[in-house]
Amino acid sequence: MRHHHVLHVIAKLLLPFVLLFALYVQFHGDFGPGGGFQAGVIFAAGFILYTIVFGLENARKVAPMPAVRVLVAAGLLLYAGTGVAGVLLGGHYLNYSVLAGTPVAGQHLGIMVIEFGVGVTVAAVMITIFFCFAGREK
Amino acid sequence: MITENLPILLVVIPLLAAPLCVLLRQPTLVWGFATLVSWMVFAISIQLLILVLQDGTISYAIGDWAPPWGIEYRIDPASAFMQLVVAGIGAVSMVFAAKSVPHEIPERRIYLFYTMYLLCLTGLLGIVVTGDAFNLFVFLEISSLSSYVLISLGHDRRALTAAFQYLIMGTLGATFILIGVGLLYMVTGTLNIADLSGRLPEPAPRTSLVAFAFLTVGTSLKLALFPLHLWLPNAYTFAPSMVTAFLAATATKVSVYILLRFFFTVFGVDVAFFDLPVGDILLPLAIVAVFAASTVAIFQENVKRLLAYSSVAQIGYMILGISFATVNGLTAGIVHIFNHALIKGGLFMALGSVFLRLGTTQIDAMAGLGRQMPLTMAAFVAGGLSLVGIPLTSGFISKWYLVTGALEKGWWLVAILVVLGSLLAVIYVWRVIEAAYFRPAPAGAAQVKEAPLAMLAATWVLIGANLYFGIDSTLTVGTASRAAEVLLGLEI
Repeated sequence: MRHHHVLHVIAKLLLPFVLLFALYVQFHGDFGPGGGFQAGVIFAAGFILYTIVFGLENARKVAPMPAVRVLVAAGLLLYAGTGVAGVLLGGHYLNYSVLAGTPVAGQHLGIMVIEFGVGVTVAAVMITIFFCFAGREK
Repeated sequence: MITENLPILLVVIPLLAAPLCVLLRQPTLVWGFATLVSWMVFAISIQLLILVLQDGTISYAIGDWAPPWGIEYRIDPASAFMQLVVAGIGAVSMVFAAKSVPHEIPERRIYLFYTMYLLCLTGLLGIVVTGDAFNLFVFLEISSLSSYVLISLGHDRRALTAAFQYLIMGTLGATFILIGVGLLYMVTGTLNIADLSGRLPEPAPRTSLVAFAFLTVGTSLKLALFPLHLWLPNAYTFAPSMVTAFLAATATKVSVYILLRFFFTVFGVDVAFFDLPVGDILLPLAIVAVFAASTVAIFQENVKRLLAYSSVAQIGYMILGISFATVNGLTAGIVHIFNHALIKGGLFMALGSVFLRLGTTQIDAMAGLGRQMPLTMAAFVAGGLSLVGIPLTSGFISKWYLVTGALEKGWWLVAILVVLGSLLAVIYVWRVIEAAYFRPAPAGAAQVKEAPLAMLAATWVLIGANLYFGIDSTLTVGTASRAAEVLLGLEI
């Protein structure tokens, strides 16, 4: 792919928008279509585009495997941890109402944090799977 | 606060621990952490059983959304009993894993192994405590996906094909269950298991009959009921020893529990056993399972495979008990879930020790092993006797209730067949004993040492429990018969 200048330029142009769109789907998820899973997949798709155009070596520098692995675990921990926070604040597991001053604010905060956890894990898992397949030839 | 949240802690603690294992990475550290978590879960499960036996069914609303709208965790005597089995076997398996896993799993994969194990534990416990049909499917997938990975980590390359075969069959089973749950939702508009049972129309419309069929076949695949057992022998043979011991003692049993839930709680004994000829279908399949699988077991050269076929036969006994649809029959089925978990857990652990020392579990290689590994082989003999159902072992208790249940219905032939089935078990257990004690070690074979202490201790805890519950069956039969009464709707 080294000599495809058009692809390089277009990919570089597109990448910020792909990632931004992922964040939009992530954080606008409770007002419109979207949510953590979709956002995670879009975010990972940005990485996959980068890997295809610029090569696995470069992609690994951007997203080193140890960091990606930590993110896989961190997303799930964030999700389950939010549930436990509900327990610690006196509600049942995954009760977001107790997370903030008013139940409505709490529900809002809770679903945001949880969806973010989903997004992080999904993106990290997609990247891991792609890296695993892409790195098989060596 | 802790007591109130125990039902969720049972599931959330291993769920949280799994990603933490990924972060810890260092093999010994991860093992220590996973062991600590397993024993915490076991302690919680004991506490839950005590609570349920004292105060009756526990209901826990996730996120404080009242059932049937929100997801409910619901622990009645049947689920309390099952979660004790799963958590107990999980805790003991981790002690066994101390020496067995480093020997069989490459070091760089050990942390992933324990992560998968904890996820599997989460899934199995979740299935048992949840009161929501869709949630049950989700947990089933968590436990199944992680067990495919666990099996594929076996030292033999054939573990990969075994895991893939299980993946195909398991996914078929899970999909059938999902279709069944979907159809039930279509008929009733609810997913809460307790709510479902009240809302199914009488007489059952065709949609719910189709749902029933899908659920029965799907669950039978997962629990390896003859003739849907084909995935099981390979999966058990090629999985790492600790995985075989853990899965053989828990995974198929939890599937039997799912069957019980759908038959008795959701559809009710009247629909399942009187409107539909389910008993007439399960009974012959169970008997054929006992005889066919035991006969195949007799001709196996690999002891692990032999025990895997024996598991198919033992599942036959559980299903046989369930097919009676009486208190004694169900008690026999449920108590055999518990007893068989102890028996097969113990036997597969003893074999794990043999594999550690010999590097194989072929029957010929085990010749003369009784002298070299006396404690391990003694455990195998005790477990084998229990498998056969000799008095003073827990296997006898199961067979006793099974025979009583059959006689109570006036089915003499079935009672005789149960006893004959046990005789087949004598043959295959004897083949191993004969090799280990009455044949000299093959010429030129290296002297081997007794198994390490941790593995022996874990094996003997299960075998000891086997002998204990063969003599004092108050806990096992008491809880199982209460569970049977609840399932049959005699006690609420």
